[in-house]
Amino acid sequence: MINSKLKKDIILKAENISKQYRLGQVGTGTIAHDLNRWWHHVRGKENPYLKIGDVNDRSTKGNSDYVWALQDINFEVERGEVLGIIGKNGAGKSTLLKILSKVTAPTSGSIKSRGRIASLLEVGTGFNGEMTGRENIYLNGAILGMTKKEITSKLEEIIEFSGCERYIDTPVKRYSSGMTVRLAFAVAAFLEPEILVVDEVLAVGDAEFQKKAIGKMQDISREDGRTVLFVSHNMAAVQSLCTRGIVLQNGIVKFEGVTEEAIQFYLKQSADRFAIREITDRKGTGLVQLSNVSVFGTTREVLPQSGNKFVIEFEFDNPKNIDSDRMKFDFRIDDYAGQRIVWLSTTVVKQGIKGRGKVIRFEIEKLNLNKGTYYVTTHLVVDEELSDWIQNVFSFDVAEGDYYGTGKQVSPSQSKILMDYNIVFV
Amino acid sequence: MKNKMNNNNVSNDWLFEITPKNKFFSLNLKEVWQYRDLLFLFVKRDVITVYKQTVLGPLWYLIQPLFTSITFTIIFNNVAGISTGSIPPFLFNLAGITVWNYFTACLNGTSDTFKANAAIFGKVYFPRIITPLSVVISNLIKFGIQFLIFIAFYVFYYLQGANLTLNLSVLFFPVLIAVMGILGLGLGMLISSMVTKYRDFSNLLTFGIQLLMYLSAVMYPMELIKDKLPKFGWLVEYNPLAYIIQTSRYMLLNIGEISVLGLIYTFAFTVAIFLIGVLIFNKTEKSFIDTV
Repeated sequence: MINSKLKKDIILKAENISKQYRLGQVGTGTIAHDLNRWWHHVRGKENPYLKIGDVNDRSTKGNSDYVWALQDINFEVERGEVLGIIGKNGAGKSTLLKILSKVTAPTSGSIKSRGRIASLLEVGTGFNGEMTGRENIYLNGAILGMTKKEITSKLEEIIEFSGCERYIDTPVKRYSSGMTVRLAFAVAAFLEPEILVVDEVLAVGDAEFQKKAIGKMQDISREDGRTVLFVSHNMAAVQSLCTRGIVLQNGIVKFEGVTEEAIQFYLKQSADRFAIREITDRKGTGLVQLSNVSVFGTTREVLPQSGNKFVIEFEFDNPKNIDSDRMKFDFRIDDYAGQRIVWLSTTVVKQGIKGRGKVIRFEIEKLNLNKGTYYVTTHLVVDEELSDWIQNVFSFDVAEGDYYGTGKQVSPSQSKILMDYNIVFV
Repeated sequence: MKNKMNNNNVSNDWLFEITPKNKFFSLNLKEVWQYRDLLFLFVKRDVITVYKQTVLGPLWYLIQPLFTSITFTIIFNNVAGISTGSIPPFLFNLAGITVWNYFTACLNGTSDTFKANAAIFGKVYFPRIITPLSVVISNLIKFGIQFLIFIAFYVFYYLQGANLTLNLSVLFFPVLIAVMGILGLGLGMLISSMVTKYRDFSNLLTFGIQLLMYLSAVMYPMELIKDKLPKFGWLVEYNPLAYIIQTSRYMLLNIGEISVLGLIYTFAFTVAIFLIGVLIFNKTEKSFIDTV
């Protein structure tokens, strides 16, 4: 394919994409809003709720019930490009992909495309446990937009790529989760859309399969000249696959450019600070309550990275100025699947200088959590009485780092925890 | 891709555009046709999986109408003494229930389209109307099996010497069933769209269907209510379902009468409901994932 150098071959163009969500629950308030909106519509006026709405920032308490998950997103993608879309949890990546894959409509703006878009938002969509692997290949393929004929012509390749030949006529409910992912990815990998949208697929599966999957995606873009939009937390995958990157922050495109620079920009975003005050789902007397949490790496401006310094800072509302001596605070870190990883507490290590019980900071010199998303549950006791206990109060991401100083990575599916060790041959 | 270069308007050479609003009304027939294999596979999935891990399997298709007919025969014909003329009451009830079941199966199956498929709809795009369509079609298979049972009992009673005659209009029976399916589909799409925002409608549906059955002349001839309850006769007279049930009994058992006006009304009602259903459904499919 010969592209003229003067004119770029734009295959996808996003123009002023914005997306608004309503927060809170649907109830009588919604009916009132619906009626009001309808009344404005009848009189030919603009939707009154489009004007209000806060920037999408989870950590601050918003003033309105409406929030902009995306605001004025503009970008262009050239044919054959692999565009990485990166950003922290809740930055709007998934919303953008949902709009691109037509799952939800933008509130305003438009996307223009010169090719068929197929999405791979979390693999295995529409898999039915009762049906066999083979039947699911057909069902899943059809859901993704293939015709039966197309699937039949690629069936052998799909089965081979998935590595599930032996179980292909077994119901999928007997598959391990790894096998399901492999089968699902195999179906999607043999889709032939001009634009492929991929979200987080590579988070699961073993290292060998991830390699295979990355290779397949490279083939798709390099050899077939097809375009890929790739969303991932896996910076290594972004780096090796993407030709260009976009960094989303609070629903706004903050950076657009070369992959390398986009990743650097992403890692240097200001630390996560979570406002905890408005969380109501908590137990305890409330004498002292968690108010804010900050999570950061080597400095406040750097995100946590495996192998680097890691700080997690808890701030408390302590109106009675209770001394830190009377407080026992602990928290637990779980992985994305709810598996308990580690428990840290003020009761098990020697404490530093006594404070006024307003801020507790845990400092870890060399973070030995592997890359991934983690959830935190906090637990505070004052004078032997439960004061504040919040389950899954917030989540944070650990980015890939050079833990071993060798540049080598261990897949999180093999190892959630990293540790230093010596090897001796005897 | 380059074959559209002769287009004088450059912005026109986009393949498609994603915008906040849908066209006011679109059936997307072309797109549905592209996804016809998906429709077929959904039907296949429904048929394969519906009675997995049950002992009796597809026999459940038969047990339900048979037992309902027996119950109705005992209560309405033996106890309450409703007359079904020369037709055996059991056969009369079985005919009504078999047809009625198809309607409720379509309505129930399509009315939670969005809620039940939120996981898929939240991830992949395909014409959403494929899902309710597949429900209507897979229920047609179920209806076919139940109808065979009706035929079996028809033959049984005939051999027993019951006074059964065929009416030539039975040739139009498939049309009647299609109308019923479309009505169920239209209503179901309407309700499924409203349920995404206000779950109240799914509660309404559960007992609404039960009440509706009593107003649809399932277990009594339509004329009966006009005689006995002239004040409330209009409730049945304005119910398009009553005409469908009444007409299907006329076709299958040659009993009662056909109301041409009633049938025209039923057709018009069905078309209107279906169009409104498609309209609301199209509007909902664009944004339901944010409210479900």
